[in-house]
Amino acid sequence: MENLNIMTLLPEIFLAITAMGFLIAGVMQGNKSTDVLCWSSCLSFVIAAALLLRIDWDTQYLLNNMLVSDKFSMMLKLFIVVGLTATTALSVRYLYFERIARFEYPVLIIFSGIGMMFMVSANNLLSLYMALELQSLSLYVLAAFHRNSLRSGEAAAKYFILGALASGMLLFGISLIYGFTGSLDYQIIASSLKNAELIAPGFTIGMVFVIAALVFKVSAAPFHMWTPDVYQGAPTSVTAFFAIVPKVAALGVLIRLLFEPFAMAESQWTQILYFVSIFSLLFGSFAAIAQSNIKRLIAYSSIGNMGYALIGIIAATPQGIGAVLLFLFIYMVMTAGTFSILLYMRRDGISLERISDLSGLSKTHPVLAYSMAALMFSMSGIPPFAGFLSKLFIFNAAVASGHFVLAVIGVLASVVAAYYYIRIIKVMFFDEPEDEFDGNMSLEKRLVLLFSIIFVVGFIFKPNALLDSAMSSAKVLFM
Amino acid sequence: MDVQQTIGMEHFLILAALLFTIGVFGIFLNRKNVIVILMSIELMLLAVNINFVTFSAYLNDLTGQIFVMFTLTVAAAEAAIGLAILVVFFRNKGSIAVEDISGMKG
Repeated sequence: MENLNIMTLLPEIFLAITAMGFLIAGVMQGNKSTDVLCWSSCLSFVIAAALLLRIDWDTQYLLNNMLVSDKFSMMLKLFIVVGLTATTALSVRYLYFERIARFEYPVLIIFSGIGMMFMVSANNLLSLYMALELQSLSLYVLAAFHRNSLRSGEAAAKYFILGALASGMLLFGISLIYGFTGSLDYQIIASSLKNAELIAPGFTIGMVFVIAALVFKVSAAPFHMWTPDVYQGAPTSVTAFFAIVPKVAALGVLIRLLFEPFAMAESQWTQILYFVSIFSLLFGSFAAIAQSNIKRLIAYSSIGNMGYALIGIIAATPQGIGAVLLFLFIYMVMTAGTFSILLYMRRDGISLERISDLSGLSKTHPVLAYSMAALMFSMSGIPPFAGFLSKLFIFNAAVASGHFVLAVIGVLASVVAAYYYIRIIKVMFFDEPEDEFDGNMSLEKRLVLLFSIIFVVGFIFKPNALLDSAMSSAKVLFM
Repeated sequence: MDVQQTIGMEHFLILAALLFTIGVFGIFLNRKNVIVILMSIELMLLAVNINFVTFSAYLNDLTGQIFVMFTLTVAAAEAAIGLAILVVFFRNKGSIAVEDISGMKG
């Protein structure tokens, strides 16, 4: 009997028990317990983060090689928990304003969080599939959370249908990989590819299916069609969650798959990702120009950002993957800051989501306008903000491994993208002011915004701490 | 054993691939009812199960059959959530025709 190493899974076990406890508490207390449960789930995410920092980050295989725990997965889990804390804190007021404060909300967030944490540590296609479904099923329900809104229902229906299609493709791919390599275990798949003289076409087809499904989950073009509609239709707090956390998990899964079991098929998957990356970059930047809804704009911007992340993956060096990790974290922080402003925007009790609603913000709420301007400059990659450095590291890695075309297209796409980010700044500073927003910004939104601005502005002074840990966690994939 | 000599692995795989393709086309070509889409999704997942069982039998390895158990369970959960989402949509819209799921565009 081998050592179960259950201690390494303590954060997940803790969150699972918490979620079930909250479910019982919610059923007993009804919806009046929603705010207590939301704040307690924030607290439990903080505890989970503390547990993550306490446990051993060395590579360990758990539960009969079903899961792996190494620096890479630990780093991503930490990102996920940070994102979950921020989004849950941002949602509480919104839920009450929209009268959708039901106790299932924090429970669903925790469940999807557990799914994401298992996803990034999956070491077997079966555990990958189960974790992915745990995550996706919770997300479908969250998208439909505004039960009385037609748009929310529509967004959830679209997300569900296309998500189920993607998991069907994932399964079909897994079945082919299983058939042609004889195993679901990442290490055995990798070694059977290493020993084979040439890679079976059946395996390649399976790999393409799996990659397509995961590219769908990270919402890169050409599998992006659900993103704008789901982001627009879902309640804004859920959109914030969608934009910040699940992408980290899905990219983590994709990276581990590409560099562990599929490492021998690199020449094949590079071609696919090359196309996906260029398409996402161009689509994300050009399609966003015509948008007037901020949530849709953020959806297109996230499609474009995934294109940059894929450039780092195609570089296929520890440097590239480290740059992707850093990029994801900076993107998370910037998006959280943007949503803390977006969730506050409300006039006469109605939440606002059009770009024109921001007009003249510099006169009515100058602090907010300058914060938003910093975030938008950072998103468009203008120095000295964090967004500039995150793109710089990605392009650096691409050039270092000889992918000049990708780097050039990336730079050009970010020039186009700068147009729509800077248009928001123009609307805030030069258009005629409208009325002030309702009430004061709540404490948790201020905190999230403050943290994100400090990070975005201050990152350039001390980039090394985060950069070094991202690089060292990327290295474990290449050993 | 006799049967396996006449019906080989490739026949099962072709059957599964055909069913999977029918499922995918059912999602994209269908213009009428969302329930049909749910059925198509189910068809896709079941086609994959045939694949798994075939490989499992020919590889003499149980993992594939275990995977099928998990897939069946997840498919049931997925169908439940899909129907629940459809109920939410129907309450607001009064219809579940595919062409009515088009409030957002762009």
